[in-house]
Amino acid sequence: MAWQRKIIRVDLTKGTCDVEPLNMEWARDYLGQRGLATKYFCEEVDAKVDPLSPENKLLIATGPLTGTAASTGGRYSVITKGPLTGAIACSNSGGYVGAELKFAGYDMIIFEGKSKTPVYLWIEDDTIELRDAKHIWGTSCWNTEETLKKNAQDPQVRVLSCGPAGENGVLYAAVVNDLHRAAGRSGVGTVMGSKNLKAVAIRGTKGVGGVDNIKDFMKTVAAGKKVLADNPVTGEGLPALGTQVVMEIINETGALPTRNFKEIQFEGAAAIGATGMTTPRADGTTNLVHNQACFGCTIACGRVSKISTEHYTVKNRPEYWGASGGLEYENAWSLGADTGVDDLDACTFANFMCNEYGMDPISYGATLAAAMELYEMGVITDKETGGIKLNFGNAEALTTLAEMTGKGEGFGKELGLGSKRLCEKYGHPELSMSVKGQEFPAYDPRGTQGMSIAYATSNRGACHLRGYVIASEVFGVPEKTDPTEIDGKAALVKGFQDATAVVDSSGLCLFTTFAWSLEDIGPQIDAACEGDFSLDSLLTLGERIWNMEKDFNLRAGFKRKDDTLPPRLLNEGAPSGPAKGMVAGKGKFDEVLDEYYELRGWTKEGVPTNETRSRLGL
Amino acid sequence: MPKSLNISVDKCTGCLQCELACSYEKEGLFNPAKSRIKVFMFHDEARFAPYTCTQCAEAWCQQACPVDAIKLNRATLAKEVDDKLCVGCKVCTIACPFGTINYNHDSGKVIKCDLCGGDPECAKACPTEAITYVDSDWTGYERMKAWAAKTDAGGQAEA
Repeated sequence: MAWQRKIIRVDLTKGTCDVEPLNMEWARDYLGQRGLATKYFCEEVDAKVDPLSPENKLLIATGPLTGTAASTGGRYSVITKGPLTGAIACSNSGGYVGAELKFAGYDMIIFEGKSKTPVYLWIEDDTIELRDAKHIWGTSCWNTEETLKKNAQDPQVRVLSCGPAGENGVLYAAVVNDLHRAAGRSGVGTVMGSKNLKAVAIRGTKGVGGVDNIKDFMKTVAAGKKVLADNPVTGEGLPALGTQVVMEIINETGALPTRNFKEIQFEGAAAIGATGMTTPRADGTTNLVHNQACFGCTIACGRVSKISTEHYTVKNRPEYWGASGGLEYENAWSLGADTGVDDLDACTFANFMCNEYGMDPISYGATLAAAMELYEMGVITDKETGGIKLNFGNAEALTTLAEMTGKGEGFGKELGLGSKRLCEKYGHPELSMSVKGQEFPAYDPRGTQGMSIAYATSNRGACHLRGYVIASEVFGVPEKTDPTEIDGKAALVKGFQDATAVVDSSGLCLFTTFAWSLEDIGPQIDAACEGDFSLDSLLTLGERIWNMEKDFNLRAGFKRKDDTLPPRLLNEGAPSGPAKGMVAGKGKFDEVLDEYYELRGWTKEGVPTNETRSRLGL
Repeated sequence: MPKSLNISVDKCTGCLQCELACSYEKEGLFNPAKSRIKVFMFHDEARFAPYTCTQCAEAWCQQACPVDAIKLNRATLAKEVDDKLCVGCKVCTIACPFGTINYNHDSGKVIKCDLCGGDPECAKACPTEAITYVDSDWTGYERMKAWAAKTDAGGQAEA
């Protein structure tokens, strides 16, 4: 079977590393990655735990298809209680490090406690040890990766790390791997830093064998790859333009949040989107230089960009003249449209900073956008910013503060709090565009009504990747629904949420679902794993994971009142576009939430009934 | 018609499907550490380069082998390692100027690309045609064609 059946447990307080067998009963009920690690987490950690205390745990988990030939089979997730939200956190990343962990022979790592001094975990097949990280503490994710490879005299080592942002307590710090892939959201990197755990460096040479039915597996995997190649989105749009392929479409839909959601269409969308990335700059070069795949991925949506050497951000800093991770749709939006900045290279530089210092560009950009609104209102002044003009559209503020936030300097320290705490501090909590403390991503729910319920009910706070109903509302996958309509969206959201929980637990990438349904994914899981993974059982498995996460949040203290949206979205109509005048939920938000709870088998307060629990085996 | 592996570096995205296919074919499991083809990544330049044995006509490895364990497959023109004869002395790994023959400590033998008997799995697994298996005498065909097309377009533009 495709699990390695072994996990590593690291007690950072005691400095011990132990290998234990994977609980196979749980593996069959929760699959891997998001589902399985959350199961371990919920069993072992009190939901009331302070996220930054030694009692919180940090799990790094692969799925059964991680490290196999299944297309996109390289994903891993980081599971913990998020310091940004206080809710269950589960951030997903690609690159190569997840597969490397499987090749070394393990499905998961559980970190508990807190180390007295900075350490990193070294894994080379059977050798597992905590090593001194004094020489890399305080340094960037990029330097950490390079240094650990050099120390090991082995360029084939794969590394994940938290950057200075995680060490400095930026509440949305990311775990960065393979230079520019990241488990980005909810502050999973902050938890890593709080444990004095700088990095995990892995070299695995054992490989993944024992796939249950290898001939069937290779056949279904090949059929799946063909579906991806033949689909216009996964076969052409994403490889050519990455997720930036959607920027101008979402702008036309009237769902591109602009200047902290004051507006819903951005005049600079083309400049910061795919058009800008592929149009020659003044110096004749283009921002986009290549696409890059994560491990095993036949789509290759990743962007690799170069900033013009003439650009103000890098003119005197040749260390940033090389290629690195370019803008995807989300970070182009948060660093660009949401802050009103239409300077593509400035957004790219801010993104480099987020990767280098290890922080979530969505939350950074969105927090800056909230601060910009407060500045334009005169609530935040030059005194607080140290003279930096925080007007919307100021590219230099965006790039300078990205670096300062990562380093924990000046006003960057305040931006590191996230928008909820920052706006509360300045007396305007309503200006934080967030749910459960986590900033929204790049789709305004006034223009894509289904997202109202998807955001409000997401177990990790505002997020597009928990129930991407945009697929239906904008792209017609699996079937087209009207983005300006709210009726019928509760059921749609539930369906997306449950199916997504399966994908996130398998080792595969959610982006395959532009082309794949569970009918394509199910057979790949079924062929690789022992146990029953029919379509029905997988949907139940997804629902079980969703309810387990919800249960954790309830124990952590979340209530129905937290399943809501900021007043701006519920009360201020969309100022332009096809949804002009509409508010999120179209005045029926509570009604639709009732309907959603009922579909889920929850009470009016959003608590799973005993019947629901027993149906799902919780 | 004998064929060769042809590599177009500009098309590679670094997905490693070739390494997975190779290790599955040769070792029966997914294990890039035991792949005969390797993708190198040059991040600063945004370049990904798959690299493997090019099957030299007069192969250094073959000439260096003291026990004649490296044999020519006459059908594919691949130089293949005979595991029964290989003593794991690694002299071939020193002789090969390209580094594409390597020692495998698990088996105590050297491993290299053998073109999978004339149906290389890496080429079949590559999603972007960065690795193709083409007529040995015309490995430059596609590149010639691309340049030919440009020349023609240039002519038309001037006219």
